Amino acid sequence: MNEMTPPTAAERTDKLQGMGCRRKRVEDVRFTQGRGNYVDDLKLPGMLYGDFVRSSYGHARIKSIDTSKAKAVPGVVAVLTAADLAPLKLHWMPTLAGDVQMVLADGKVLFQNQEIAFVVANDRYVAADAAELVEVEYEELPPLVDPFKAMAPDAPVLREDLAGKTSGAHGPRKHHNHIFEWTVGDREATDLAFRDAEVTIKEMLSYQRVHPSPLETCQCVASFDKIKGELTLWGTFQAPHVVRTVAAILSGIPEHKIHVIAPDIGGGFGNKVGVYPGYVCSVVASIVTGKPVKWVEDRIENLSATAFARDYHMTTEIAATKDGKVTGLRVHVLADHGAFDACADPSKWPAGFFNIVTGSYDFPTAHCSVDGVYTNKAPGGVAYRCSFRVTEAAYCIERGMDILAQKLGMDPAELRLKNFVRREQFPYQSALGWEYDSGDYHTALRQGMEKVGYTALRAEQKAKQEAFRRGETREIMGVGVCFFTEIVGAGPSKNCDILGIAMFDSCEIRIHPTGAAIARMGTKSQGQGHETTYAQIIASEIGIPADDIMVEEGNTDTAPYGLGTYGSRSTPVAGAAIATAARKIKAKAQMIAAYLLEVHHDDVEFDIDRFRVKGLPEKFKTMKEISWAAYNAVPPGLEPGLEAVSYYDPPNMTYPFGAYICVMDIDVDTGVCKVRRFYALDDCGTRINPMIIEGQVHGGLTEAFAIAMGQEIAYDEIGNVKGASLMDFFLPTAVETPKWETDFTVTPSPHHPIGAKGVGESPNVGGVPAFSNAVNDAFAFLGNTHIQMPHDAWRVWQAGQKLGV
Amino acid sequence: MAKTHVTMTVNGQAVEGLVEPRTLLIHFLRENLSLTGAHIGCETSHCGACTVDLDGQSVKSCTVFAVQAQGADIRTIEGMANPDGTLHALQDGFREMHGLQCGFCTPGMILRAYRLLQENPNPTEDEIRMGISGNLCRCTGYQNIVAAIQYAAAKLSAPQEQAA
Repeated sequence: MNEMTPPTAAERTDKLQGMGCRRKRVEDVRFTQGRGNYVDDLKLPGMLYGDFVRSSYGHARIKSIDTSKAKAVPGVVAVLTAADLAPLKLHWMPTLAGDVQMVLADGKVLFQNQEIAFVVANDRYVAADAAELVEVEYEELPPLVDPFKAMAPDAPVLREDLAGKTSGAHGPRKHHNHIFEWTVGDREATDLAFRDAEVTIKEMLSYQRVHPSPLETCQCVASFDKIKGELTLWGTFQAPHVVRTVAAILSGIPEHKIHVIAPDIGGGFGNKVGVYPGYVCSVVASIVTGKPVKWVEDRIENLSATAFARDYHMTTEIAATKDGKVTGLRVHVLADHGAFDACADPSKWPAGFFNIVTGSYDFPTAHCSVDGVYTNKAPGGVAYRCSFRVTEAAYCIERGMDILAQKLGMDPAELRLKNFVRREQFPYQSALGWEYDSGDYHTALRQGMEKVGYTALRAEQKAKQEAFRRGETREIMGVGVCFFTEIVGAGPSKNCDILGIAMFDSCEIRIHPTGAAIARMGTKSQGQGHETTYAQIIASEIGIPADDIMVEEGNTDTAPYGLGTYGSRSTPVAGAAIATAARKIKAKAQMIAAYLLEVHHDDVEFDIDRFRVKGLPEKFKTMKEISWAAYNAVPPGLEPGLEAVSYYDPPNMTYPFGAYICVMDIDVDTGVCKVRRFYALDDCGTRINPMIIEGQVHGGLTEAFAIAMGQEIAYDEIGNVKGASLMDFFLPTAVETPKWETDFTVTPSPHHPIGAKGVGESPNVGGVPAFSNAVNDAFAFLGNTHIQMPHDAWRVWQAGQKLGV
Repeated sequence: MAKTHVTMTVNGQAVEGLVEPRTLLIHFLRENLSLTGAHIGCETSHCGACTVDLDGQSVKSCTVFAVQAQGADIRTIEGMANPDGTLHALQDGFREMHGLQCGFCTPGMILRAYRLLQENPNPTEDEIRMGISGNLCRCTGYQNIVAAIQYAAAKLSAPQEQAA
C-alpha cells in the first residue's frame, strides 16, 4: 500500500476489530499453550490441603465424631468439626435465598455426602487418608426423598433449627418441611378463564434434578496473613465481589482487608455462584493454622454436594378457545430445594423469574404459585445456564403449548403463530408482570420453518406414521418446535438485589497516554470470552483497536464492584456499563479534540477512530493523538487523564428469544433417539461477536441435549444419591452430540445502550423443550400426551411399551 | 509413605523426582514439575482433561501412577509448540476455529487430537468424533473442536501434498 494513501473508512473500521466482527479470542493464546491460571494451579509456600468427611446417610443424627485417629496421622494439622466452628458462629451460614445452611453437620445430617468434618494436612493424599479415619457414629432417621410427600402430616421433621418458625424469608410456612409459597397473577380472573374455557389441558410436567457440572469443579485457596489481618481468597467464583461481602459479614474481617480473586475459571454454568462449606472451612483453617489452605472438590463431591439445578414439578393448565386462542394459564410448582434453600436467585425472587412462564404468547390472564419444600437431598436450586428458573418456565409453557396443540388437533407451530405477542404490541406487559422490551416472533418462527422445510417434514412424518401402522418400519419421527422468550440481565435495582446489594454492574476504563487501554469489570468470565468481546464494544464506542485494550476481571481490589456473571447478565448489564463508561470518555475526548483543532466542541464529530471537524474531514485528531493530549494538553478547566467508571443500573430486563426446531428419529424397539437435525434461530439483539455467539449456542444446546436426553441426579428411597459420578451422570461426548445449525434475526433491545440482549443461556432454555417436544411429538400419534424427561433410551423404550408398540 | 525415585523424559527434557508409589502421574506433572497445563476434571477416567502423550499413546494421567511412567517419553501441552517457537497447527486450529471456551479441556483435547492425527492424518468427521470421545468438553458442543482438528489436519498435510 502506498504510504501516502490514507486508510479508507472500511480499513479503519476493520483495524478496530469492533462490534459485529468475528474477532479471534485473546484468551486462547494462553489456554492453547497450557498457560491458563486456574485455582488448582496455584501453589503457595507452606500450603495445606483440606478434604471433607462426608455423610454416609441421607438423614441421620450424629451421635459422635471421633477425630483422634485422623489427628494422629503424620502431616495432619487440624480436623475441624461444627464444634470448632460454633464459637466463631461459622458452623452455619446464610444462603443467598434467605435460608441458613450448615457449614459442618450440627447434630444431624440432612443429605448424603453432607460435610461433617474438614481435615487439613500438608499433602492432599494425607488429607484424604486421614478423612477416612474420622469415625462418625450415626443414628439413622427416616429419610424424605419424594417432594410430593414432604408436606404430609406425618412427614419426618428435617429442619429442627426451624422448629416453631411459622414464617421464613419469603412469608408464611405451611408445614415443617415447607420453605415458602410464592404466588403471582390474578387468581380470580384465571379461574374464570378456566371456567369459561372451551378447551383446557392439564399435565404435571417434571423437570428433573440435574447439575451444571463444569469440567473444573469448585475450589479455592484461602490465605490469612495474621500480621496484616488480611485474607486473600482465590476461588472459582462467578461473583467475586459478592463473595468478598459475604466473607466480610461472616468472618468479621473488614471488607477492605479481604482480597477475593477469581482467576481463570473452567466453566461455571451457575455452579460457582454460591458460597460453599469448602470456602468457609478453608478460610477458617487458614486463620487457625496461619498457612494457606487449598480445597479442591472432586467430581463426586461436585455432583452430590454443590449446587444442583431444577427439580421443579409443574402442574400446568392452559385454557383456550376451540379454534386455538389461549385464554388463561395456571401453573402450580412443587419445588424441591433439598435440605437447605440455597437457590442463587435475586433475594426477593424465591422462584426466580418463573413468572416468565407465559412465554411468547399473549395470555390475557394467568396465575402461578410455587411451593418450596425441604427434602433429604443436596441443597441448591441454582440457575444452571439459566436466568433464575427461566429454563423451567420455558419447558413448562413450551410442553404445555404442544399438549394443547395435540388436544386441538392443530399443528404446534400454527398454534404458536396464532398466539404470539405481535411485533406492534412491544413493549408488552405480560399477565404475570413483566414488560417485554422488543420482539418479532412471527418473523423468527416463519424463518425457521422455512429453513428446515417444515411442511415437508410434517408430510414425511405422516408418511412414516402410516408406514409404521402398516408394520413396514419400527422407526418413528418427531418434530420438536420450541419458541422461547428469555428474561435476562438481572437486574433493575427496583426489583433485583442479592443480600441487599442492587444488581447493577460496572466498568472502569482507563486510556493510557499511548492510546492503549485497560478496562476493569465487575463480571467474571468462565469461558464466555469477555476479554475478547468487551474490548470489541470499547473499540467501536471510542475508536481504539480492540487489540490495544486489556480487559481485566476477577480481582476485587482492582475491579469496580459488580454482581458477577450468571443469568446471561454480563452483556445486558456489564455490556451497558462498558458503553456508558466509554461514552463518558468519548465526551471528554471530544472536548480535547476540539481544543486541539481550535474549534468549538459542537463543531467536531466522531468518525470511527477520530474526531474530525464537521464538513472538513481532513481536519481531525485520532484517538491516539487525543489520548496523548489528555496527559499534556487538556483544555483549560479540564482535569488531565482519560478514564471513566460506570455503574449501570438497567431500566429493564432484556428479552432474547428464539425459534428452535429438532427433527428426531426414534427406534421404538431400542428406545434410541437420533437427532437428525437441530436448527436454532436466536435473536439476542445486537450481535457483538457472531463467532462467540455461535459457540455459546453450540455449547448451550449440548447441555440442553444432555438434560433432555439423559441427565438426572436421582436418589433412591433411602436418600442415597445414585450415580453422582461421570460413570452415570450423562455428559455427552462428541459421538452422541448432534450437529448444530445456527441462524439469527436481530431485534435490538430499545433500552440497552448498544441494543444487545445476551445469548449464553438461550440455547439451554430453548433447547430442552425442543428435544422433549420432539420425543413427545414422535409418540403423539400413538396416543401419547406427555413422557417425562430424561428421554434416555431405557425410558423411551418403556414409554413405547406403555403405548403398546 | 516411602518414596521412589523416578526418571522420565517430559517434553524432551530429562526429569526426575521422588514420589510415593501411589502418586498419580497427573500430580507428578502438575505439582512436582509445575506443568499445570493438564487438568483434573474427574476421578473416573471419563473427562480426559488430564490427557498426555506417553510413549506414543494418549493416556489419562489421572489413571497412571508416576512410577508406571518410569523411563517413559511424555509430551504435554507445554511441549506442543514447534521447535522454532511457533505454535503447533492444532494450537492454531483451536484458536482459528473457536474450538475452546473455558480452556479447561483444551490441553487434554489438543494432546488427544495430536495422537489421533499421528495415527490418522486425514480423519473423517466421524473418525474425529470417535477419536476424541474420551475427552469431554462442557462448553463448545464439540462442533468447533472437530473443525479445529480438521483445520490442523489440512495444515499438517499441506506441505506433503505440495511435495508430491
